[in-house]
Amino acid sequence: MIIAVASGKGGTGKTTVATSLALSLAADGTGLLFLDCDVEEPNAALFLKPRLDHREEVGILIPEVDFDWCTYCGRCAEVCVWHAIAVVGRKVLVFPELCHGCGSCTLNCPEGAIHEVLHVMGSLESGQAGPIAFGHGILNVGEAMAVPIIRQLKAKHMADADHGVTILDASPGTSCPVVETMRGADFVLLVTEPTPFGLHDLRLTVQVARDELGLPVGVVVNRDGVGDAGVDEYCAAKGIPILMRIPLDRRIAQAISGGKTLVEALPEYRPHFLELYKRIAREVASWKEVR
Amino acid sequence: MKQLVILSGKGGTGKTSVAAALAHLASQEMPIVLADADVDAANLELVLNPTKLEEHVFMGGQVAIIDPDLCQLCGRCYDVCRFEAILPGEDTYWVDSLACEGCASCVYQCPEEAIHVEEQQAGLWFRSDTRFGPLFHAHLFAAQENSGKLVTLVKQQGRLLALDEGRELLIVDGPPGIGCPVISANAGADLALLVTEPTVSGVHDLKRILGTVNHFQVPALVLINKADVNPAHTAGIEAFCRAQGIALVGKLPYDTVVTEAMVHGQPVTAYRPDGPMGRALREMWAQLRQRLNGAW
Repeated sequence: MIIAVASGKGGTGKTTVATSLALSLAADGTGLLFLDCDVEEPNAALFLKPRLDHREEVGILIPEVDFDWCTYCGRCAEVCVWHAIAVVGRKVLVFPELCHGCGSCTLNCPEGAIHEVLHVMGSLESGQAGPIAFGHGILNVGEAMAVPIIRQLKAKHMADADHGVTILDASPGTSCPVVETMRGADFVLLVTEPTPFGLHDLRLTVQVARDELGLPVGVVVNRDGVGDAGVDEYCAAKGIPILMRIPLDRRIAQAISGGKTLVEALPEYRPHFLELYKRIAREVASWKEVR
Repeated sequence: MKQLVILSGKGGTGKTSVAAALAHLASQEMPIVLADADVDAANLELVLNPTKLEEHVFMGGQVAIIDPDLCQLCGRCYDVCRFEAILPGEDTYWVDSLACEGCASCVYQCPEEAIHVEEQQAGLWFRSDTRFGPLFHAHLFAAQENSGKLVTLVKQQGRLLALDEGRELLIVDGPPGIGCPVISANAGADLALLVTEPTVSGVHDLKRILGTVNHFQVPALVLINKADVNPAHTAGIEAFCRAQGIALVGKLPYDTVVTEAMVHGQPVTAYRPDGPMGRALREMWAQLRQRLNGAW
């Protein structure tokens, strides 16, 4: 079972819900893989405190020209839609920050004068957080593209082993990094707050997860009691199940500010997270039936 | 004309609420322009109640399209695609348009010339009027790429109008994170206001967004929101700012009045001007205004 935790709006409690769900399930004996896919601001490790014993640099393959063979024909520049390679007189310039690593210039060079080298954009780290297998990606400061890091993080950890439950913690927003995180998930858990901003961004995230990717979704309402009834009305109208509510509680805000997870600070929430998982499993089963 | 960008690294620290309050306060003293650079979750319009004046189509990247009549199922496109965007079907390969980056690598490799790329409409952008000044904002369609390009467009339109009409300040409400749309929102700014919160995540993310604005040589100021939630972390951020030589321009309390104001579609400084939150924001604006004067 692969669960992506997303929100649209930032700061609604994605990491809070993802880490507490993981800890509750792992303590209950479920095999668990946790991947922090918010590679721009990876925070889950601050809460799960894994022992990170593996690290590797990752990025994309960018072209490097072998000038013994290059005839400056300009074919590489012609096929590059990103304008990441340019032929100027007897020079070929490569702009790594524009390159997406598609390899088209290499394939199209008539002289076979281009080979590819790794352009490092970030790193992957992994290890154990107690019973939880943990991995995250870190985009280097100043780099623009998060998607290649997320893609490699998922490929590395999700290729073979069956982990029981895999939890993917997404970044805020609704564009390509979030899509890359949700791709291949069985369920998207949307954490929102009952405010106009929360509702507005929830709608957009439902469009991505349910309408574009065709995945079942469910909602966790965090800071319940603040704001207005908009989220409840929207979910009722759209047939989106509200699977859990976490009340507005200054104690929770304070515990989390200090790096504690919700279930560490308030263990009485453990059964609620186990119940949340059961409800997710039911939603996935009925979605598959409908399909 | 000065350009102020509001960033945070971590989401949900209060960027948009601060941007709306600044729009309210700054517009009482000078003509301003606003740009919402969080194009995949644009929220500034929810508190500014804009009247849309213009709507424009935003063309994003291109997507590959395979002609099923020409496809001979050789699989060459599948082999060369590095984005897992080509999927095998029974009679033809097909393109997952959400995964396709539009690199056109498959176009050149297809021996049947069965593939071409087409530009896609990726969103809309708007010029609107608000009671505080003109607002440029956009909606990137769900699951689209190229948010950086749309951010640049929205900001550029705001800048051009500010220059044309002699408006003194462009306020850019930025997206969370440190990647492509953030780099676009930050480009060309005179000052970056970093809104943080005294939590382990807030502190961690502040350091990364500060590294990002430093990398692009934009001077940064720090504002601590929800400062009383964790006094120890607030003190830590203050010490960090002193050590880094970064001005701290204010501390805001943890106060649900921000949410109340949002529900009423108003900046908190207009909704409850004389509460602790309204006062703290006005003091922050006075500080910020001095810094901007220095940059003038």
